[in-house]
Amino acid sequence: MATDLIRMTAADLAELLALGKATSVEITQAHLDRIAAVDDDVHAFLHVDADGALQAARESDARRAAGEAASALDGVPIAVKDVLATRGLPTTCGSRILQGWVPPYDATVVARLRAAGLPILGKTNMDEFAMGSSTEHSAFGPSRNPWDLERIPGGSGGGSSAAVAAYEAPLAIGTDTGGSIRQPAAVTGTIGVKPTYGGVSRYGLVALASSLDQAGPCTRSLLDAAMLHEVIGGHDPLDSTSIDQALPALVEATHEGSLRGVRVGVVRELGGEGYQAGVRARFDDSVALMVEAGAEVVEVSCPHFEYGLGAYYLILPSEASSNLAKFDAMRYGLRVLPDGIEAPSAEQVMTATREMGFGAEVKRRIILGTYALSSGYYDAYYGQAQKVRTLISRDFASAFEQVDVLVSPTAPTTAFKIGEKLDDPIAMYLNDIATIPANLAGVPGVSVPNGLADEDGLPSGLQILAPATADDRLYRVGAAVESLLDASWGGPLLAKAPALGGQA
Amino acid sequence: MSTTQTLMSYDEAMAAFDPVLGLEVHVELNTVSKMFCGCSTTFGAEPNTQVCPVCLGLPGALPALNGDAVRAAIRIGLALNCSIADWCRFARKNYFYPDMPKNFQTSQYDEPIAFDGWTEVTVLDEEGDGDVYRIGIERAHMEEDTGKSLHVGGSTGRIHGADYSLLDYNRAGVPLIEIVTKPVEGTGARAPEVARAYVGHLREMLLALGVSDVRMEQGSLRCDVNLSLRPDPSAPLGTRSETKNVNSLRSVERAVRFEVSRQAALLSAGEKVVQETRHWHEDTGETTSGRSKEQAEDYRYFPEPDLVPIAPSREWVEELRSALPEPPAVRRGRLQEEWGFSDLEMRDTVGAGALTLVEQTVAAGSSPQAARKWWLSELARRANERGVELVDLPVSPEQVAQVQQLVDDRRVNDKLARQVLDGVLAGEGSPEQVVADRGLEVVSDDSALGAAVDRAIEANPEVAEKIRGGKQAAAGALIGAVMKEMRGQADAGRVRELILEKLS
Repeated sequence: MATDLIRMTAADLAELLALGKATSVEITQAHLDRIAAVDDDVHAFLHVDADGALQAARESDARRAAGEAASALDGVPIAVKDVLATRGLPTTCGSRILQGWVPPYDATVVARLRAAGLPILGKTNMDEFAMGSSTEHSAFGPSRNPWDLERIPGGSGGGSSAAVAAYEAPLAIGTDTGGSIRQPAAVTGTIGVKPTYGGVSRYGLVALASSLDQAGPCTRSLLDAAMLHEVIGGHDPLDSTSIDQALPALVEATHEGSLRGVRVGVVRELGGEGYQAGVRARFDDSVALMVEAGAEVVEVSCPHFEYGLGAYYLILPSEASSNLAKFDAMRYGLRVLPDGIEAPSAEQVMTATREMGFGAEVKRRIILGTYALSSGYYDAYYGQAQKVRTLISRDFASAFEQVDVLVSPTAPTTAFKIGEKLDDPIAMYLNDIATIPANLAGVPGVSVPNGLADEDGLPSGLQILAPATADDRLYRVGAAVESLLDASWGGPLLAKAPALGGQA
Repeated sequence: MSTTQTLMSYDEAMAAFDPVLGLEVHVELNTVSKMFCGCSTTFGAEPNTQVCPVCLGLPGALPALNGDAVRAAIRIGLALNCSIADWCRFARKNYFYPDMPKNFQTSQYDEPIAFDGWTEVTVLDEEGDGDVYRIGIERAHMEEDTGKSLHVGGSTGRIHGADYSLLDYNRAGVPLIEIVTKPVEGTGARAPEVARAYVGHLREMLLALGVSDVRMEQGSLRCDVNLSLRPDPSAPLGTRSETKNVNSLRSVERAVRFEVSRQAALLSAGEKVVQETRHWHEDTGETTSGRSKEQAEDYRYFPEPDLVPIAPSREWVEELRSALPEPPAVRRGRLQEEWGFSDLEMRDTVGAGALTLVEQTVAAGSSPQAARKWWLSELARRANERGVELVDLPVSPEQVAQVQQLVDDRRVNDKLARQVLDGVLAGEGSPEQVVADRGLEVVSDDSALGAAVDRAIEANPEVAEKIRGGKQAAAGALIGAVMKEMRGQADAGRVRELILEKLS
């Protein structure tokens, strides 16, 4: 029974709960057991809150028994990326500098999860302050890809996607600044949705780049993602950039999945050279499948996408250099007293703490951003990058005049080996080449697993992008593709993943 | 702070140079809540009790703009004849300082909400006539206040040399408006008085707008004085110094005067004025060198990504404009007529900075003449003793009106009324409270007074005889005796009536 429970989708678990065929305590305990069995290998979690999750599960069962379920997902457990503030639960952002900090408040996303009755299993691993594409930049060691423990699970939200792929959690929350939900989804054979910028509150999401960050669902099915998205999404007065309008009907959209007459644009600039052969082959297969199912596929050009990576690596570090200034040892988190100074000044303590508390990649980006914002360089760097951003938004606008959705491979490669790109930041950055444009323009995107690359047998992902606030299109098209692919495989792709050592 | 600075006498300096002023005034708004969160702005609360994740800059927290602060900013801009931006943004001013929780200040940079305005101030000349100076307003912009540091130990009260520092974040996030003048030229030797008159005028204006408590001693109005000298009015602007935190009207005048003397001495000796910030020393009336602009920080301003642009509608701006208080000159004319003040009385009232105080006292029930008398004599004397402005005295117009009411009701005489004011100024509570606690009420019990009068008549038979003989003026001696016996706590008018009754 326990094995069955962990392999079920959230929607199926919700149905069991609604029918009284399982309790939240049973489901939550099954996942806690799975975590205990496999997480030494996967290292998806930085913190597991067994007591808190079981307490929430008991409360959920009481609500269900009283016929007062708080939501369809009431009682279905979830894992939360360690970048979201959780009252009473450590929140480290994968950094030493926040070691020991326990937030006194909940992020809006977390508050909504709690209000909807989802027990929180724990906090998932990530690259430090979400800077990375592999979780290797976590100060607490990398997470591992359940498909091959020698490989990365993507990043920065590798922990959330690995947890879902390893059946440690049916649902997880990720955050996506340049691909940190979608790329891990692609390389772990799971679903990852980056909502429209402003569609999910950022209040309590420890900011990497405020104008790019967006929280979203990590799941094993589009329906699960839609259910979770509806729980966490919608206007929040605490986030000024939150969109003040109702979310489209997302769950409904997954049930309407049909490709007939859907206009699909293949982005010329997101493919070809630099993309692994197996990834390209699976992408071509997916496109062929969509044509077969009645979609009208055309090639579209987004000529400014090629400048996206460069613009992104100016805007992100600029904002990050400012956002990360608050970590100064004065009020919370790590405090390092400098060696050999008897009565250090505040400034000396700040310096020593930031020197010790931040990892190399974080320092690299703070330095980049500080430079880009400096007087005399601002116009050439930050200013120019903002112009590119506008041009990319226009590319999207004109593309969406011709088509309903755009598609591309999610990531140029399958999961690479741990350590392989650690000394080559540019190679690491290139992993987000296809996902970054959506963040720059604020449009929503999803990664749907679309097969295994022939050369390494590892999963690849199909990225679907829609216009801002039209997140429902992701679900309508994504669910159609998902059901065609699942049918072609005779079940979900994840069923092909090797069993983990701990599995009973 | 010992004087090691060479100074030139003011008259000599004025014979050789033309001064140019610039004034930057920070006004704390009296909104109920802070600029970006719901915390209270009440002055004087226990340290760190008016804080939340937002104003403490906790990881993940986000600002949400206080609409009342925007409204106040626009009204201030309109009252200063400024243009109001159709569209403007906040910017981050990045620098590290422990009293700034995020290590950046959310401010406005190149897109202020109000810009390009003017106002007129009147400075009385020796004959008592008013000379009008037009002050150009460069901009008025919104920003958040910082926390407050208390540097303990060390001699200067500054961070360098302190043993430790205490931080109070109650003030962090209180809304501020910074009002910056254009260079003020053409004042000649009147520069110190013009500077003082401008700040006084701003204070009257802000009080009339009801947007700030404008209490300089509590820091709700803070002034930076910029000054430069040039050989003559046709010469280009000289190098300026920027004297920070000059926080009384008298100090504004003194700081200008000191800087003129200091800079004139430097320039005459063939030396250069350094562009720097300077500290003001209230005790010695001097400025000393702070941080020079060469080592000034690069604030790396960039648009605040956590807030959306502000785009006040033209209709709203016009609505606010039409509801502004009348212009100062019109108001003065109206009040003079309403109050029946002579030109001299009016000029003294304005000159003492008491116009609004008298107006509010009258509004609280006092007669105009009584209100003028209290503020311009008794209270002016006490303000002078304390070296503060009238508005800074810890007594409200309502309380002054209450004291006058006690006099009108014959519950206290003039002498007792002054003692009531003593109590109010000493923080003993409302006038009623002081009367009760100090037992100041006059004896209005006729039997007690009658007995005292009888004793006075018996003790002074010759005087009594004179009065019986019709010399009423002789009653003074008996009144004096009764008042002495009653320790001043009697209504002299009633005593006189009783004496005359008994001796008629």
